[in-house]
Formats: sequence, C-alpha cells, structure tokens
Amino acid sequence: MLTSVQEILKQLVPIYPEFVLIAFALSVLVVDMFLNGRYTHLLGWYSLIGIVIAASMTIILGGVQGAFFSGTVLLDPFSQFFKLVFYLACGLGILIAMKYLDIEDIHRGEYYALMLFATAGMMLMASAGDLITIYLGLELMALSIYVLAGFMRKDSRSNEAGIKYLLLGAFSSGIMLYGMSLLYGLAGTTNLDGILAFLRTADLKNPVLFLSMVMLMVSFGFKVAAVPFHMWVPDVYEGAPTSVTAFMSAGPKVAGFAVLLRVFTHTLDPLHADISLLLSGLAVLTMAVGNVMALSQTNIKRMLAYSSIAHAGYALVGVAAGGQEGAASVMLYVLIYAVMNMGAFGVVIMLRKAGMRGEEISDFAGLGKTNKTAAFLMLIFLFSLTGIPPMAGFVGKFYIFKSAVQAGMIWLAIVGVLFSAISAYFYLRVIMLMYMYDPKEEFGLVQSPALALALAISVTAVIVIGVYPTPVLEFARASVAGLL
Amino acid sequence: MINQIVFLYFAAVIVLSAVLTITRRNPVHSVLFMLLLFFHIAGVFVLLNAEFLAAVQLIVYAGAILILYLFVVMLLNVDRESKSDRANRFWPWIVAFGLVIFAEIGLLVARGSFPLEGGQIMNKTGIKELGIDLYTKYLVPFEIASVILLVGLVGAVMLAKKKND
Repeated sequence: MLTSVQEILKQLVPIYPEFVLIAFALSVLVVDMFLNGRYTHLLGWYSLIGIVIAASMTIILGGVQGAFFSGTVLLDPFSQFFKLVFYLACGLGILIAMKYLDIEDIHRGEYYALMLFATAGMMLMASAGDLITIYLGLELMALSIYVLAGFMRKDSRSNEAGIKYLLLGAFSSGIMLYGMSLLYGLAGTTNLDGILAFLRTADLKNPVLFLSMVMLMVSFGFKVAAVPFHMWVPDVYEGAPTSVTAFMSAGPKVAGFAVLLRVFTHTLDPLHADISLLLSGLAVLTMAVGNVMALSQTNIKRMLAYSSIAHAGYALVGVAAGGQEGAASVMLYVLIYAVMNMGAFGVVIMLRKAGMRGEEISDFAGLGKTNKTAAFLMLIFLFSLTGIPPMAGFVGKFYIFKSAVQAGMIWLAIVGVLFSAISAYFYLRVIMLMYMYDPKEEFGLVQSPALALALAISVTAVIVIGVYPTPVLEFARASVAGLL
Repeated sequence: MINQIVFLYFAAVIVLSAVLTITRRNPVHSVLFMLLLFFHIAGVFVLLNAEFLAAVQLIVYAGAILILYLFVVMLLNVDRESKSDRANRFWPWIVAFGLVIFAEIGLLVARGSFPLEGGQIMNKTGIKELGIDLYTKYLVPFEIASVILLVGLVGAVMLAKKKND
C-alpha cells in the first residue's frame, strides 16, 4: 500500500509546481475563513511563499524533459521559461495588490486564491501537449480572471468589466472549441505531436484545415488582445481593480503567446506560409489601432490598455516571422513587456488614495515635483514601453524587428518601427505632465513595503535586461530549440 | 439513409429551437425551448452511438441545469422582462454579418474533406471505456476540470455573497 502511494507521488513529479500552487490556493481559502477578515495581508505573503516554492521546483525540474501523462503534459525548456514569467507576473501582481485592496476595501483571501488558480491555469497552458489540456488550462485561467475583474462588487464599472469579459470570453472559447473539434475530426487525435505527424502527410490545401486554423487564431487573438478581437480590452482594463488590470495585462497575455507559439510554430508548422501571412496582417492592424487609439485617451488605465494592445501587435510580428529567432524574440519580448507594464501599473496604483481615483492622466501633473522617486520610476517604465535605450523595451523591440528582417519581412519591421514612433507621443506626454507642469493640489502617494519591493524588482529587471540582455536572450534561444 | 433523415430532423429542430430560445420575449418560453434543444442534442448523441453522453445530456442539462434556470426565471420579474426589447437597433447588421460568416464556414466545410471514417476517430463510446480513458489517459485534464468547477463555485459565492464581511 505504502509503495503504491510512493509510486503515485513519483508519477506526479512533472506537475508538482502546479500541484503546489493549487494546494496553496486551497489552503488560502480555508485559512481565510478563520482569519475573519483580519490579517488578510498575511495571506498575500503566504501565497508568495507558495510561488517561491513552485518556482524553485520548476527550476529543479529544469533537467527533466519529455511528455508525461499520455502526452497531455509536456516538460521542456519552452514551458519552463514561460512558467518563470508567470511566477514573476503573479508575484508582482500580489505585491502591488496588498495595499491597494485595503484602500478599495475589497481585501479578501479569495483574491490571492484566485491569483494562484489563474497562475496554475497559465502554467498548464504553457506545458500543454494536448488540445484538451490547452483548453482546460485556459478556462481555469480565464474563469479566475473573470471573477477578479468583477472583484469590486459595489463598483458598477467593475461589474461591467467582469460580465463583459465573461461573455466575450465564453464566445471566444466556443470558437476555439469549434476550431479544435475540426482539427480533431481531421487528424483523429488531440495530441499536438500527433496532429503535427498527421499534417506532415496530409493534404494541406483542405479548406477545413484552413478553417480550423483561422478559428484557433481568432480565439488566441482574443486572449492576447489582437485587433479586431480587442473590443473588450479598454472597458475591462478600465473597470477591473487596478492590481487585477496589471496582472491581466501581463499573465493571460503571456500565456496566450505561449499557446500561440506552441500551436502555430510547432504543431501547425506545415501551414507556416498561411499563418505567417494572416498573423502579419493581424500584427499591422493591432499596432495601428492600439497606438492610434491610445493617442486620444484621458484615463491612464485606458491608455495602458491600448498600449497593451499595441504591444501584442509587436509580439505578433515575431510570431509571424517564425523560426527559432522569431520565437525566441517573442519570448524575450513578453518577459520584458510583463515586467515593465507591471511596473507602470505599480506607479499608477500609488496614486490611488481614499477620495481620489488617480486614474486620469492629468493626475500625474507635477508628480516630478512632489514625489521625485515615483516620477522617476514612471519615467523609466514609460521610456521602456516606448522602446528608448538603454531600457529593456528597446532590446525587446530590437530583436522582434530583427527577426522580421531576417525572415524577409522588411516591410513589417518598417511598419512596426513607424507605429513605435507614434507611441512615443502618448508615453512622453505623461512624462511631460509629470515634469513640466505644476501639481494641481498637494497629494501624498500611497507607500507600502510590498509595493516598493514590486517596483524595485521591476525597475531592476527593466534596467538589467536593457543593459545586458545576453543571458536572458540565450535562455530564450535555448528554450525554443526543443520546440521546433 | 434512415439515419440521415433522423439526423436532419434533429438538426432542424435544434436550429429552430435555438433561434426561438433567443427571440422569445417571455423568459419562461425561452427556457422551455432550450429544454427542447437539449432533448434533441441528446438525440444526436444517440445517433452517434454515444449513449452515455446522451444520458448525461438529459440528466445534467435537461434535468438539473434547466430546472435551475426555471427557478431563476421565476424569481425575475417576467412582466418587465417580456416588455424589454430582445435586440438593439443594430440587429439587422448583426444578423447579416452572422449569415456571411455562416456562408463562409459552410462553403469551406462543403469544399473540404474529412479523410477519416467515423469509426477511426472514436470507437469507444461505452461508459466503461470512457471511464478508463478519463482515469488513465486523460487523468490530468480530468483533474483540471475539477479545479475549474471549484473556481467557478468560489467565484459565484464571492460575487453573490450578500454581506461584505
């Protein structure tokens, strides 16, 4: 009896990190019940311990590779790279949330449990070896985020965000399932390697294959917020609690790119010519709409929402370019994007005080005079989002456009650089407001050790990767080698 | 031949009752048309030799979920609901757009081919085979599904709880 238990535990080793996160999420729910609303911030630190344990397990499992559980779960450097990005996004998301939840008076243990559940879902998406695991991981992530988006129950904008995301997310899941079922009907298997083996010998001109590929593209495009599947983004990002918006813009989007890369550059690789054409069209549209619409925003969360659409466009350029270089540049880009975007949201959260929303761009006026540190941090994150060296954002864009040029898509790289230049206007406008204008009124910023730690981590990452990107880039390149 | 006729009957009723579900003004009528929809979907499962799925469809959807819907509808103000519009003023555009997409999908599927025979894809439809598959080959997805249900439960309680601690 004992040996069989040991046997089972041994077989579960490949999914220990997910196991740990789910166990921590469950214990958060139970402990929260006994805390009776007091000391809830301790649950935040407790969840962070869970993330650190899971992260160290992922690193220890770094040497283990292969397909497990009949091919439904894959362990490879590709999935491990993405898992580390998810831990970072979830950890930062928890750190910037603690004080903010107190201010919004929505500090409850469920918040941390749902963050951990969402992270477990994203990890399963990244290491999925089967269409079924992709779908279920995605639903686990999405369902947690729907609830988090509507977490401010008394705020009608948050309610709207939650229900809008839920309805549109359900439609996109339906489209994805239709695409997957067509693919299953053609290949006779849901296993990604099995589908690849089928495609190598199949008639690639079959319109049904094309249809299923387009449907998958639509639903993944929805998750990464690509135009024209971006309609939900501004409203949901604006309405959701700011800490959730920060997490949403980093976690699920990166998870979407993990699946996009795995399915489109690995499984559907025989269709690369069609995929590349469609994705470059999507990338141009996404960059255009994201950057142009961001110009006229007055709400910082809406502006960052459109900016996050635009950044999905840059990353799609890398997916369209394809190949090892393309995939590696996308991985580097989403990592950089996650840290700099969460950093920018961290500064936005500092402006939120009782009696002041701090969500209008004009609220930033004079910040450089009243609070030098916060303004300087915002400056670094905005420079990085614009893509000005020596910040990490520049490195990310550089390798994305380089991979497009190498793949012979010079026009795409030129379009990307042009739209990137447009984006400078709305990022630099915030900087101008902070430094060139006088403050409207005296205001102190919200400060807490957790928030300071989150900002310190993101600013260090932005500068270190910006100055010395080689190790991270080499890690991304090595991770992608097993994928193709 | 007889199979095809039966399938066409089920398909026609499914589409018709789906349209009626979303167009009826009275929510109770909508729910009853949905019941009809679920029954005919179960019929399609029987045609595909998936008896277990057909039974689950009836027990879970028609039996449990629909009754819950009915309860919720009874709690709503049916009079007010039946007076509100079913669609906004853009509905002709939306219907036209839907028809275009429908035509595209229809065209692509009609011109495409499915090289596999039905039996090659799925030849195990009994409860026993499904159970064995779920607990061996698809163990991890099966367990993820249980976590998803838990998240749904936690989320629903969280959002609907009356007292704010």
